[in-house]
Amino acid sequence: MKDFAELILQLDQTNKTNEKIKHLAAYFAVASDQDKVWAIALFSHRRPKRPVNTTVLKTWAAEVANQPLWLIDECRTLVGDLAETISLVLPSPSQKGEKSLSEWLDVVIGLHKLSDAEKKQAVIQAWDSLNQAERFVFNKFFTGGWRLGVSQKTMINALAQVVDIEKAKIAHCLMGDWNPKKITFDELMQDAGTEVLPSKPYPFFLSYAVDVPEQEPLVADGFLAEWKWDGIRSQIIKREDALYIWSRGEELISKKFPELGSLLEVLPNGTVIDGEVLPYKEGQILPFGKLQTRLGRKNVTKKILEEAPVIVKAYDLLEYKHADIRQYPIEERKKLLLQVVAEAATENLQFSEVVPIASWEALDVLRKTSRDYAAEGFMLKKKGSPYLDGRKKGYWYKWKVEPFSIDAVLTYAMRGSGRRANLYTDYTFSVWNAARELITLTKAYSGLDDEEIRQVDNFVRRNTLNRFGPVREVKPQLVFELAFEALQPSSRHKSGIALRFPRVKRWRHDKKAEEANTLEDVQELLKAYQPSV
Amino acid sequence: MAQRTLIKFTEAGLYCPQADVFIDPWKPKASYWSVITHAHADHARTGSGYYLAHHESGPILRHRLGADINLETIAYNQPVYHHGVKISLHPAGHILGSAQVRLEYQGEVWVISGDYKLENDQISTAFEAVPCHAFVTESTFALPVYKWKDQQELYRNMNAWWAINKSEGKNSIIFGYSLGKAQRIISQLDPGIGTIYVHGAIDNINALYREAGVALPPTKSATTEYEKNTTGNIIVAPPSALGTWINKFRPFETAIASGWMRIRGIRRRRAVDQGFILSDHADWPGLLQAIHATGAERVFVTHGYSYIFSRYLRELGLQAQPVETQFEGELDEIKENANNQD
Repeated sequence: MKDFAELILQLDQTNKTNEKIKHLAAYFAVASDQDKVWAIALFSHRRPKRPVNTTVLKTWAAEVANQPLWLIDECRTLVGDLAETISLVLPSPSQKGEKSLSEWLDVVIGLHKLSDAEKKQAVIQAWDSLNQAERFVFNKFFTGGWRLGVSQKTMINALAQVVDIEKAKIAHCLMGDWNPKKITFDELMQDAGTEVLPSKPYPFFLSYAVDVPEQEPLVADGFLAEWKWDGIRSQIIKREDALYIWSRGEELISKKFPELGSLLEVLPNGTVIDGEVLPYKEGQILPFGKLQTRLGRKNVTKKILEEAPVIVKAYDLLEYKHADIRQYPIEERKKLLLQVVAEAATENLQFSEVVPIASWEALDVLRKTSRDYAAEGFMLKKKGSPYLDGRKKGYWYKWKVEPFSIDAVLTYAMRGSGRRANLYTDYTFSVWNAARELITLTKAYSGLDDEEIRQVDNFVRRNTLNRFGPVREVKPQLVFELAFEALQPSSRHKSGIALRFPRVKRWRHDKKAEEANTLEDVQELLKAYQPSV
Repeated sequence: MAQRTLIKFTEAGLYCPQADVFIDPWKPKASYWSVITHAHADHARTGSGYYLAHHESGPILRHRLGADINLETIAYNQPVYHHGVKISLHPAGHILGSAQVRLEYQGEVWVISGDYKLENDQISTAFEAVPCHAFVTESTFALPVYKWKDQQELYRNMNAWWAINKSEGKNSIIFGYSLGKAQRIISQLDPGIGTIYVHGAIDNINALYREAGVALPPTKSATTEYEKNTTGNIIVAPPSALGTWINKFRPFETAIASGWMRIRGIRRRRAVDQGFILSDHADWPGLLQAIHATGAERVFVTHGYSYIFSRYLRELGLQAQPVETQFEGELDEIKENANNQD
């Protein structure tokens, strides 16, 4: 565990990707195979199911540290991370622990079988044999979320330095639902095929954002365009008479969409489709909001199925008749895909058409109408290109429609977490209602640079009107331009409107609070944008 | 018995009406008679007509506030009387010449501790607990997450970090307050590893420390004496120098020496390569130990986590309350935490 805790510390202390790769590779070079598997699992968010919830963990820590719970909560707010907070408040260990990373994970997994009292005893014993850095790691097994800036790509680059396998294959190996407790390192590194796991998805090919294609410069002739549909990017796999739907976040989402179960009947074995799961009703694509309300629900009710049924818009074909065809040129794959979709002959699976590009100007005119088609803009894909993994320069671009924007007043602030712990960085914004009162519109993070964040933080501390626990009400004075992707009516929001992906675009130093937008302005936007369904 | 009040917390600062004396006022006037706990800028400000401080604070105050200030200096435990109030200074262990101010009037004793730490840094006279009825304490690091490790181990790590950087052909740049922290760091650096360069602001203070008899290893000016394209050196600089000033020392590794480095998020935000947890303020156990040792029933909690710490002390059965001041503690080392009043 010591070496892994040391690795975490090293990763934590650098912002440079190359340094991170260096540290990871050094760890992989010496770690035992089982530790390697677990390290990969942890960095790719494959934490074991938590045997104890975080509230209970916190209570035990408070008890061991002999501190009141409220004080631990205060510490947590300031530190911005519960695992770290606990590691800091506990008394120094009285024993020396020699367990490895995988042995500790066995302990954590073993907790599931124990009674509550036994669990508590085991956790307290663990704390007592780990130093602060190791405790932090141990606690993270329960709380999750490392925020270490180790992307899948970083990890793959590091692994490629210690195993003699090409990066694209490693990327493929790491996909899907392998179990770190059961798989060996060699098995993991070999399983790029489907022999072991028929559910295994391919790594998704991603795109770079582009604002003005001709400035990139991209030649219109060299690209295919298709609508960037606004749903859940997914991979639909039919192998060995089973259907698997993976989201881009590598979550198996088949169960969330039972209406897509019918694809099992119509797709041949050995088929993998890259597509978008979209809410769709009576021949029309619905706004993403319809899908969002569905995602939060635990159970798929009949009402949900009636209100927001989904279909798949198929972009690409990755596996055809059991063969990995990712190296085929895109035109070829699209042709085979069209054939697969036609043979499936169901409304649940639709072909994403190629939109002809006469010129960038002409496409831009169409792009501006994206919202009328319930799309987010265009995907630009290089002619003749294979299906690669991750982001690769020169192949795929997303040319999105301009976000909505509105000027709102900062009214509440809360401390951030992680890198932003101890700083007021989580903001709530308001707009004016008809009675000229400020009505809360949305929360939004980020978009400001470090210097601006410091300035706002300073403003919050000096202009607090009220404290509500960790939240401060501030003098309504600062105006910010917020950008967001979409909006929809919501009964859960005071303003009656929910924004999608709101973020702070810029600080409007030139505007007074009185000049911010009104709720009526936002309602106008909603009206203009509400599709006619 | 009704409780007496020896100190009022006014707009201009901490004020003893009976003695007509201010302690570390932040809006001083020519008419003020001010006792200064120590020479950091948030405690020692220009404008008072008269200053009283410890002998070892004298040269630093004159350097910072002007050679012509009306300053009297005294030793620790050497009382002076003002309007019948007995005023004395006691070691605070924060920086050279730092003092707690003890006020006694008709048997009532109040102590204003300024900034303090309990561990002996071998430079400032070690902290002494002063029994009192009411204690004014800072709370810069008043959370149980702040616990300092053994400083000798830390110094070893610091020198080891320097040596490793040297072996990799890099310079080492370490940031800490120019007054106090920098000298504490320099005093522990191993000159056998390489040359120690210091920023101009630190150079000035070093001279004053050396004149006061503090043993510091030889240093060179980073501004005028740095030999271009050399590596393996260590450069000690104030946090404000973290910017383009350091470019000429490339290639380098950077570190901050501060109590804030105990917290991962704060360390990461400062975007330095290393954090050394080194503070001239008391940690959580230190604050509690100090307060307990004074035997005070009333505690006034100033700069830092004053709300949280007061609540905690009240739960321990003390009369404790937060007090708003304009003191800043160790904030320069991590600017955005300005006025961390909770």
